[in-house]
Amino acid sequence: MDEIKHDLQNPSKATHEDLFGRGITYLCIGFVSLLVISILYFITTRGLATFTTNHVSLWKFLSGTNWNPSLLDKHGNPQIGALPMIVTSFSVTVLAAVVATPFALGVALFMTEIAPERGTKILQPVIELLVGIPSVVYGFIGLSVIVPLIRHSFGGTGFGILAGTLVLFVMVLPTITSLSVDSIKAVPMFYRSASLALGATRWQTIYKVVLRSATPGILTAVIFGMSRAFGEALAVQMVIGNAVLMPHGLLTPSSTLTSQLTTGIGNTTMGTLPNNALWSLALILLLMSLVFNILVRVIGKRGALKK
Amino acid sequence: MNSKTSNNIATGVIYFLVACVLAILVFLLGYILITGIPHVSWHFLTSAAQSFAAGGGIRDQLFNSMYLLVLTLIISFPIALGSGIYLSEYAPDNWVTGVIRTAVEVLSSLPSVVVGLFGFLLFVVNFHMGFSILAGAIALTFFNLPLLTRSIEESLQDVSELQREAGLSLGLSRWKTITGIVLPAALPGILTGIILSAGRVFGEAAALIYTAGQSAPTVNYGDWNPMDSASFLNFMRPAETLAVHIWKVNTEGVTPDAAAISSGASAVLIVVILLFNLLARMLGRWLYKRMTATK
Repeated sequence: MDEIKHDLQNPSKATHEDLFGRGITYLCIGFVSLLVISILYFITTRGLATFTTNHVSLWKFLSGTNWNPSLLDKHGNPQIGALPMIVTSFSVTVLAAVVATPFALGVALFMTEIAPERGTKILQPVIELLVGIPSVVYGFIGLSVIVPLIRHSFGGTGFGILAGTLVLFVMVLPTITSLSVDSIKAVPMFYRSASLALGATRWQTIYKVVLRSATPGILTAVIFGMSRAFGEALAVQMVIGNAVLMPHGLLTPSSTLTSQLTTGIGNTTMGTLPNNALWSLALILLLMSLVFNILVRVIGKRGALKK
Repeated sequence: MNSKTSNNIATGVIYFLVACVLAILVFLLGYILITGIPHVSWHFLTSAAQSFAAGGGIRDQLFNSMYLLVLTLIISFPIALGSGIYLSEYAPDNWVTGVIRTAVEVLSSLPSVVVGLFGFLLFVVNFHMGFSILAGAIALTFFNLPLLTRSIEESLQDVSELQREAGLSLGLSRWKTITGIVLPAALPGILTGIILSAGRVFGEAAALIYTAGQSAPTVNYGDWNPMDSASFLNFMRPAETLAVHIWKVNTEGVTPDAAAISSGASAVLIVVILLFNLLARMLGRWLYKRMTATK
């Protein structure tokens, strides 16, 4: 009797087992969450040091055009204007997305509307291969093919926003394509049937029905692509020229936030102003990545409401 | 313009865009392999890198890449597995789970250079590890965790709910059901995910520049004691990987044959990653066949 009572009133072996397993998974996910929090915390505190410890005004940092953290200007203020890098980063990001989107949409439509079976069979591996090529290899090809090509056709050094855009275009292409394919595939089949039944041609159906209803998904895809382009470091660093100057055109050497970070961190001492200024650049990168995330969410929600 | 003509034009444009993308890929792979393969020789793969003279190889870099990859997978796989199981099996549908999912998403969209800088700040500077393989492996783990977690979660989600119900109705605990039934069924997907993430880790450089460092000290491949500073297994030595090496000889290096080295090294990198991709497909298919008895 006691044995049955004991069995009934106490957790069984299976319960203990489950608690144990559950505990392990909680630990793992807790670690991941802690990691995200500490990344946000560390980069933020480091990035804010420029403004709290060195008392640089935030506005000067964001709007200044002279970047020379180890020197003072004539008013005795350090020259840390991050605007050239911010402008360059945004230019390459937006340009790359603008160039890549038509190609990505073309490939996505081919894979979903024009030749679903053959297209997917051929283009799926193509996308996977493009994703698989490491960023340094993109950078190396940019350096040895695109930069000389620009130099010969347009003059100048060849380094600059145009070279960065062309490299990033190929790098964000697979991201935008695969996410667009997902969102176009999610358009219900009867939308197409209805449109075709009304006598619309395939293109009219694609343009007026499929693309319209897939718009939120495609926008999300483009933003994901931009987020990748904005954070890409080495490939851009190799072709952008790394001169912290306000870009005057697509062909002059310039510098993005990421490229300045990769070249600068190793040459400055921890805790000094030049170093803190670089961490502030990292903070901008982090914040922009969060902004892209929020944008994706907002668009996703709005798109979902319309259905 | 009538609708038939515009339909034809649009179709033509789409074909043209697809052809462009195909041409880009063919050009990329062709360029890397055609310019790179001639530089790849037994000597290139097995001799040490030279800083100031031509004719250096990539022996140490290649080994460092492999070693870092193995260490990264050893650290990240258990954590990703646990997190993946949590998200797929245990996570209740409430705001806490929402926050955790957002955190994983944020982590996966962080630029790898920011992840690398965090690793640099925490391990290299604050924990005084210096540029070391261990710091590099941990930074790569951070980079790899969200991707791996998500792919494991997806593979677990793909397992039919019936399998779980069957396990539970046999009186197994939830945990036993997961480890005994769901995990084996999800194994092909999980393995494919691991190998694909291995490809990404292998080519990653931005997160490593300031964690694993940019130098490859000569190591003794006969010394199997990981505690010995000259040993090739030592965790605390700086280790330049293949991807970092390509970046370095192109930007900061003074090696006279930088172009030859980088095209050779790029070819090696690409071939290894292609092999990973191929392996992932074949292994996934083979395991699936083995386990589901499909012909």
